[in-house]
Amino acid sequence: MAIWTHYYIPQTLDEALSLLCREPQSKAIAGGTDLLLELQQGRHPPVRTLVDLSQIAALQRLEMSQGALWIGASVPLNRVIAWPPVRHFATALCEAISLIGGPQVRNVATLGGNVAHALPAADGAIALLALDAQVLVASPEGQRLQPLLACYAGPGKTALQRAEIIVAFQVPACEKEEASAFRRVMRPQGVAIAIENMGIWLRRKDERIEDIRIAVGPSGPMPFRARQTEQVLRGKPLDEETLAEAEKVLKSEARFRTSPHRATAEYRYHLAGVLLRQTLQTAWERTQLNFAEELGPLSVKG
Amino acid sequence: MELIVNGNRVEVEPEPGEMLAHLLRERLGLTGTKIGCEEAECGACTVLVDGEPILSCTYPAARAAGKSVLTIEGLADTYFVGRSQEGAEQQPMLHPLQEEFIRHGAVQCGFCIPGQIMTAYALLQHNPEPSEEEIRHALKDTLCRCAGYPSIIRAVQSAARRLRGEEPLPPLVAPVISESGRSQPSLHVIGTLQPRPDAVEKVNGTAKFTDDLKFPGMLHARVKRAMVPHAILKCLDVEKARALPGVHAVLTAEDIPGERNHGLVIFDWPILVGIGERVRYVGDAIAIVAAETREIATQALELIKAEYELQEVISDPVRARQPDAPQLHPKGNLLKHIKVRKGDVNQGFAEADVILEHTFHTAITEHAFMEPECSIARPTPDGRMEIYVGSQIPYADRHQVARALGWPDERVHVIGQLMGGGFGGKEDIAGQIHAALLAHATGRPVKLLFDRHESLLVHPKRHATQIRVKIGAKRDGRLTAVETELYGDTGAYASLGEKVMTRATTHSAGPYEVPHARADCYAMYTNNPPAGAFRGFGVTQSAFAIESIMDMLAHALRIDPIELRRINALRVGSVTNTGQVLRESVGLLDCIETVARELKQRAGENPFTSRIVEGQPHLRRAWGFAVAYKNTGLGGGAPDKAGAEVELYEDGSLEVRTSSAELGQGLVTVLRMIVAEEFALPPERVRVVVMDTDLTPDGGPTTASRQTFVTGNAARHAAQSLREALAASLAEKFDVSPERIRFVEGLAQVNGHTLTLGEVARIVRQEGRTPKAFYEYWAPKTQPLGTGGDMHFAFSFAAQAAEVEVNTLTGEVKVLEVISAIDVGKVINPLGLQGQFEGGIMMGIGNALTEHFIVENGIVITDRLARYRMPSIMHTPKITAYAVEHPVEAGPYGAKGVGEIVSIPTTPAITNAIYNAVGVRIDRLPVDQEVIVRELSRA
Repeated sequence: MAIWTHYYIPQTLDEALSLLCREPQSKAIAGGTDLLLELQQGRHPPVRTLVDLSQIAALQRLEMSQGALWIGASVPLNRVIAWPPVRHFATALCEAISLIGGPQVRNVATLGGNVAHALPAADGAIALLALDAQVLVASPEGQRLQPLLACYAGPGKTALQRAEIIVAFQVPACEKEEASAFRRVMRPQGVAIAIENMGIWLRRKDERIEDIRIAVGPSGPMPFRARQTEQVLRGKPLDEETLAEAEKVLKSEARFRTSPHRATAEYRYHLAGVLLRQTLQTAWERTQLNFAEELGPLSVKG
Repeated sequence: MELIVNGNRVEVEPEPGEMLAHLLRERLGLTGTKIGCEEAECGACTVLVDGEPILSCTYPAARAAGKSVLTIEGLADTYFVGRSQEGAEQQPMLHPLQEEFIRHGAVQCGFCIPGQIMTAYALLQHNPEPSEEEIRHALKDTLCRCAGYPSIIRAVQSAARRLRGEEPLPPLVAPVISESGRSQPSLHVIGTLQPRPDAVEKVNGTAKFTDDLKFPGMLHARVKRAMVPHAILKCLDVEKARALPGVHAVLTAEDIPGERNHGLVIFDWPILVGIGERVRYVGDAIAIVAAETREIATQALELIKAEYELQEVISDPVRARQPDAPQLHPKGNLLKHIKVRKGDVNQGFAEADVILEHTFHTAITEHAFMEPECSIARPTPDGRMEIYVGSQIPYADRHQVARALGWPDERVHVIGQLMGGGFGGKEDIAGQIHAALLAHATGRPVKLLFDRHESLLVHPKRHATQIRVKIGAKRDGRLTAVETELYGDTGAYASLGEKVMTRATTHSAGPYEVPHARADCYAMYTNNPPAGAFRGFGVTQSAFAIESIMDMLAHALRIDPIELRRINALRVGSVTNTGQVLRESVGLLDCIETVARELKQRAGENPFTSRIVEGQPHLRRAWGFAVAYKNTGLGGGAPDKAGAEVELYEDGSLEVRTSSAELGQGLVTVLRMIVAEEFALPPERVRVVVMDTDLTPDGGPTTASRQTFVTGNAARHAAQSLREALAASLAEKFDVSPERIRFVEGLAQVNGHTLTLGEVARIVRQEGRTPKAFYEYWAPKTQPLGTGGDMHFAFSFAAQAAEVEVNTLTGEVKVLEVISAIDVGKVINPLGLQGQFEGGIMMGIGNALTEHFIVENGIVITDRLARYRMPSIMHTPKITAYAVEHPVEAGPYGAKGVGEIVSIPTTPAITNAIYNAVGVRIDRLPVDQEVIVRELSRA
């Protein structure tokens, strides 16, 4: 049985929205690198119509505007990575999406799909959350800008309606004294999804952390903001005492669980401390860099 | 829609659910694009869309509208547009990437190659001078299971140089270390670098694998699998499936005209489980369907209803041996109790100063050959059945298909196809019999293709084992006794389980002279997928156990691990634990010395001490060491023979024919070289025909690292016989004695005359004879286990060292470098050998670090490629390989097997290195990084 019957490639947002409204059992598809596999393997309820978002100009935006990066939801990840502003002003995002899939997958996969798939440890989403990205969503009623977490209803469950489309992400650009970093730990066996990942954004003032955002996955049903840990770190110098306290608080506020064949909760709690220290250190060091300078090779292994 | 494919405008309407790979393969006939997984995991289906590499197996065809698609078939044209095409008639036109892949031996089974080359091409388009790191990143998700990743990297680098107008790189091959005091025979072809005869078709996309074939009127088959691990089939309703339009046949056990079981040694595996019969694993077949399309056949499967009475699931071999366990087969759960006895272990342990005992576990692992199984059965007008399949044992396929049809063997004709890897996993029947039954029932050709999911569920795996080792030694390091007890999980059916576990058992004391040895192995049936042959054939598992405990012993005795092995190593004159006196070709000490020398150069006197990576105190590095041996050939008293035929043609070419299998390992190159050597002519003048039960004599199974030895010898003797027969004919015609006739450079020299070989062929034919010779080679006789004497006619030996880096915070392990020395007897083709060296080490790395086929209570958890990781180019360490030559008298030019030995010591070298780096002893495979962290925090 064919996994879809009709495949539409609308050229405009309006056309896409009206197709999604009109067609029964329809579903928007961006890169489709997750969705198509789920359909093929029977892990997604059958669809009749796929509405392909890859050709819509509004979703292909890639620009800096008023201190923010606008990243179109359908821009293939490799193009996002290759766009210098992402590397300089949203380094965590660049690092995170460099780790998604392989090169061929990244030529098709999109940030919109990464968020719409709504997995709690999606690398792109964790980085976006740390960077405090807003999501521009289009619906038949119009467009709205909403916080990232408003797109989530549960693990693998998006809060977006069928006829709602992620248009773009608005990512505040790091300014002077601000920087971000992303890290993850994988298991060499089994599914290529991070055992645990973390994105950190921070603003430094002299030898203190003035402001910070920490996103962790998978902790709970959706990407997790470690707000209590952030509170501990805010205004503090980056010393062992602060780190120890932050690690303690992170381990108490995060909710890690055991995933069979992947990781025990115990290991994940352990990794939380490791990732916190390493990611924080990297972001901290990056605040010293002048953006005009070369950032050096990002870690793009995996 | 309209799109451009390889520069040509194509108008075609996408079909519902159609992916680009299917459009290209099925409707545009561009079968160079391969499908390895349909999960966006393997990269074999990579094509370029508007210049960017994408995975066409998960790229909706409709999305290609208005775009430009480049496939492997169109690659060469991109290079030659606007260039001179002089000489194009003689030489196939190839892109420099394609040529360099051939020249560097990066092409083995060839199934992944279109994806590799297209991905590399896209990289070079963007980046004409990529670093090695950039090449790795570009190819990181384009998997090669033959795993010649270093050769692939070098081929890409070399092609990049050529495209920049620079000199290409020379191919990298292993230096040869010869046995001291041995004179080298003068050889013309043997030992020279030769490309594969099938290399051009494999790089330009014209190579045909079974799924690339189509026949008029061909139906598509699918198999209804039980999907319960242990049950009695109570009821089966196929009527709805039969009634589905487009379905031509639905068959159940009752419809089998002949014998109802198949098997390689023991016929215990039901072709279809009948009502009232026992289902023994999830992959058991209960019904088969043939329909107009694969989609209809798949739909029909869903309409088949079965009811089961579920039974207790036996999920491990220890449970299987308990008296109260349910019995899976009429003779019980014990496939075989295998015993090795030498001397008196009690006495040996009494003499020991140190005794250690430890239990090790190894996991089920999966071959994951890139090409999933495919069979096509085609009834012929003369009442026979043709089977198109890539199989490691064509004659066994023929016999098993014939049995099922109730026919004499000769009515079945197996026509072997290119094989996209096997590694032992294509020895058993996959779809051959089912396809034949359906073709027989419908009178139409029937294709039965496994998707990756089905491949993972169904075919036999590597045995999971539990191995307890007790070892005793004197203070000076001399071993006094080794006692082992093994449990082997042979799964639902015997396959080659008894043979595999026998090899595990006989090799369980390692390549050491042990005065007192005792081994007991229980090969047990369980409700897991069957386990059978897999590169290493049981020795992979027991080598991990013995080589781990040898390092533990070295530690306990405070003896250098290399020295401990040197003291106890088998050498000429040693007696193995099965009582075999080794009379020749024992290169183990040379292997050890070669690796030890390299190791000393890199790491000084103390390579096994832990070193902290500068500036990163959480990263620790150390080397680890291990050795191994592995028999060549079947051994154990089995008649080990192969037939080959060599024929001379009037165009001066020769053809060598044998049914032995080419699965990517390079046998065809070896055979062509051997015949060329015997006639002293260029190898290109020799054609090789393999795997055809009508056209080629039986070469026996392609297993046990035996083909170079056995079929190589058959080809050599056949070539010699032909040469003698030709000489006799010429002698008579020219009235000279046959000794005065010589064959050189494609010519026969007769008393001052020279004749071309073509003329010689004509002369012989004029005499009413066919210039061909057949030879059936019988390897030296071996003895069954337990009877003493020679259990095997040759052994290969290996030593390896691996350097690892362990992250003490996360437990992550990385292999940085592997040094390897393998005693192969004699190097036939250095280029092919390099592929075996690199690929074997990569498979050993996979076995240690990434590969874990998980079955829980009989249910397969790793039922998609996404859940079963094999090493990628990112896992590839620096590999330094040496070939050690201690020739074996009976081998062709002294050669013995290499396919398996190279993979065996890699795993324990890695786990020993982990211990040396962080003090954690890995006794369960694969390495679990979480366990490392846990052990470190405990310490």
